[in-house]
Amino acid sequence: MKRIFALPLMLAALLFFSCPAGAADTMEEGILSWGGDSEGGFPYMFPNPANPDELIGFEVDIVDEIAAYLGKKPAYINNAWDNLIPGLSRSLYDIAINGLEVTPEHEEAVNFSIPYYKTFLQLAARRDSQDINELEDCRGKVVGTLKESYAEMVLDELGDVEIRTYIVEANTYEDLQNGRLDAALFDSPIAIYSAGFNPSIKFVGRPIGEITYAIALPKENRELLREINEAIVYLRDSGKLREIYDRWNLWSPVMAAEFNDYSPRKVEMTRYDDWAESHRPTLSLGDRLKRYVGFLPAFGRAAIITMEVSITAMFIAISLGLALAITRVFAPSWLAGLASCFVEFMRGTPVLIQLFFIFYGLPNIGIKLSPFWAGAVGLGLNYAAYEAEIYRSGLFAIPRTQWEAALALGMTRWQAMREVTLPQAVRVVIPPITNDFISLLKDSSLVSIITMVDLTKAYGQLAAAYYDYFGPGIMVALIYLLIGLPFAKFSRYVEGRLAEQDTGGYKNRANNVYRSSTRWV
Amino acid sequence: MVNLPEESLIVVENLYKSFEDGEVLRNISINIKEGDLVSLIGPSGCGKSTFLRCLNCLELLDSGYIRVGRTELRRGAKQRPDEKMIDTAHKIRREVGMVFQSYNLFPHKTVLQNVMLAPVVVKKMRQDEAREIALTQLEKVGLEGFANRYPSTLSGGQSQRAAIARALAMNPMVMLYDEPTSALDPELVGEVLQVMKALDSEGMTQIIVTHEMQFARDASDYIVFIDRGEIVEFDDGDILFTNPKNDRTREFLRHFNGMGMAVNC
Repeated sequence: MKRIFALPLMLAALLFFSCPAGAADTMEEGILSWGGDSEGGFPYMFPNPANPDELIGFEVDIVDEIAAYLGKKPAYINNAWDNLIPGLSRSLYDIAINGLEVTPEHEEAVNFSIPYYKTFLQLAARRDSQDINELEDCRGKVVGTLKESYAEMVLDELGDVEIRTYIVEANTYEDLQNGRLDAALFDSPIAIYSAGFNPSIKFVGRPIGEITYAIALPKENRELLREINEAIVYLRDSGKLREIYDRWNLWSPVMAAEFNDYSPRKVEMTRYDDWAESHRPTLSLGDRLKRYVGFLPAFGRAAIITMEVSITAMFIAISLGLALAITRVFAPSWLAGLASCFVEFMRGTPVLIQLFFIFYGLPNIGIKLSPFWAGAVGLGLNYAAYEAEIYRSGLFAIPRTQWEAALALGMTRWQAMREVTLPQAVRVVIPPITNDFISLLKDSSLVSIITMVDLTKAYGQLAAAYYDYFGPGIMVALIYLLIGLPFAKFSRYVEGRLAEQDTGGYKNRANNVYRSSTRWV
Repeated sequence: MVNLPEESLIVVENLYKSFEDGEVLRNISINIKEGDLVSLIGPSGCGKSTFLRCLNCLELLDSGYIRVGRTELRRGAKQRPDEKMIDTAHKIRREVGMVFQSYNLFPHKTVLQNVMLAPVVVKKMRQDEAREIALTQLEKVGLEGFANRYPSTLSGGQSQRAAIARALAMNPMVMLYDEPTSALDPELVGEVLQVMKALDSEGMTQIIVTHEMQFARDASDYIVFIDRGEIVEFDDGDILFTNPKNDRTREFLRHFNGMGMAVNC
């Protein structure tokens, strides 16, 4: 669906498919684990507006049916959409399903089941507009669509269209409604769920193009492919798929032709009605607040993940950074050189690439880390490089004479370091380390690319599901602030304690020299 | 005047030391008896501080021989320092107390903690034992009321006395002072010199690099004049000041004429 696979995928794919990654560790018996991305995933898979802890969507229903047919229990694993296919080779899940299109490039990397859904691009215009009725009418107009999508390609080929690309679907239709755009072009399911219930927008024109969704499986698992195909055929022939599409209001002439089923609707489109109901623009403040309260458990879980990853990573960064700094300062030159190579390398390459490499690349050489450890180790190694430099500058900030005085008292180098230099250096480095920790806390949102649902990811999921980036945004910002604040406070406290040496232990003497001594000047 | 090596606490023979920018000490030999107070004088840059730093191995000599008590360090020309030599240097440092021009107290510790630190860390002494020793030493230098103050709140004279107490707490065989009063206001110099005099009367062996000619002359058992990396002359203070044998000594001492020093040149 949505986007064409972007750079990270290609990178990870290169790392991967270059050698036959061992999907050896077969998944648990009796479980069908499936990968998808619930962020901005309506109507494919998204948090239930009525209960944010529940994942719903027509693809969720399809997986449930397939699993039931196979006599297995479905287990959902969230992964960033761009990484769904690399995740298959990494054996994160048995199958990937999330509007994955059958394209030649994809078929090189994975096997596809027989299609479970066919759709097209849907053009939308303002209800009062007369001049846009077909795709061709878009020439000379302003048209919005999703960034890097099939729709963007189609518009590009049409030529002479002023294309505006968006990251969030809802914003596109908002802009269409308020006149910034003349038309919007999206995959039909997205169009239906973004604007189908919007009275000021109408869908126009014939179906454009052809989009085929199928389930992706790792190349080597032919047995499962056979089973999945069998299940899809069964679901199609038994009418269960049709029921799902009816419920979700996704049955279309294209599907009728595909399934050769022209019969009228058999079940009510209850799922769609629920969605439309929950997206009524006139939601009372009370209902809105009630909804936000419902977000709290999801945000709480995500916040715990953010904290766990950040704290573990910081622990790694602080201890490894210290070792690196001491190595750089004291070790024989070859070892010190090695340490500075590490520092330069980790600082000089993007942490995003490092995370990809650790999670998707290292399994090639037999090192398989869980998402949590891959994230913590990746961030930890990266920040260790920064910490090392902070410590080093801290050590050099302590005058040489202190070191000599310690040695002159008969201390060994290690004792002098431990008792004299380091404790003084700590005071110098606390502010920059606190800085780094808070920065790490925010960088930890990168772990969402390796299947973890942290705060930022949870925000994306919920906000997209409700078209509401405002309230949840404030909530998430506050949660980040709340997590970071105690560390800032703690570091202030430690700084204050350590400043005793300047204030002579007198509490009322300011430790800020710029305030105290020059105050009257 | 000339001590025999076998009856000396400290023996230095043929000590050489160079830095990248040239030779600093050339063929230094000296024997110092237990209980002596020796002043090292000479123009700045002459190598007297470096000599002191070689003596407690903060700088490793290039070649020569040092003995402090029973610990011996010998290094042949071009010999690379090995584990054993580093070990010996460390051992010597434990026997030698050092006082610096800029005190070098540990700013993150109170005066008491400064004095207690080395006995606890190096000698693995118990806290209460170390505290007792520290308090005794602080009393000796007249800082009994300052135990819980931080160095930043002390005057220069108090700081230097605290530094002396810190070195004494390790119970060293010998105390080295590298221009201990140069950073002090004139009215504070006396209190530090007073401490050194008191230590002398207790029998402490002390070697002092100083510009306090009056003190050197009055308190020293003898004075060593160093110039351009060599020991030019050494003698009893009265003799050296009133009747220097060497022209370089005479030239150096002339600068202190008119500052109340009675130098007959």
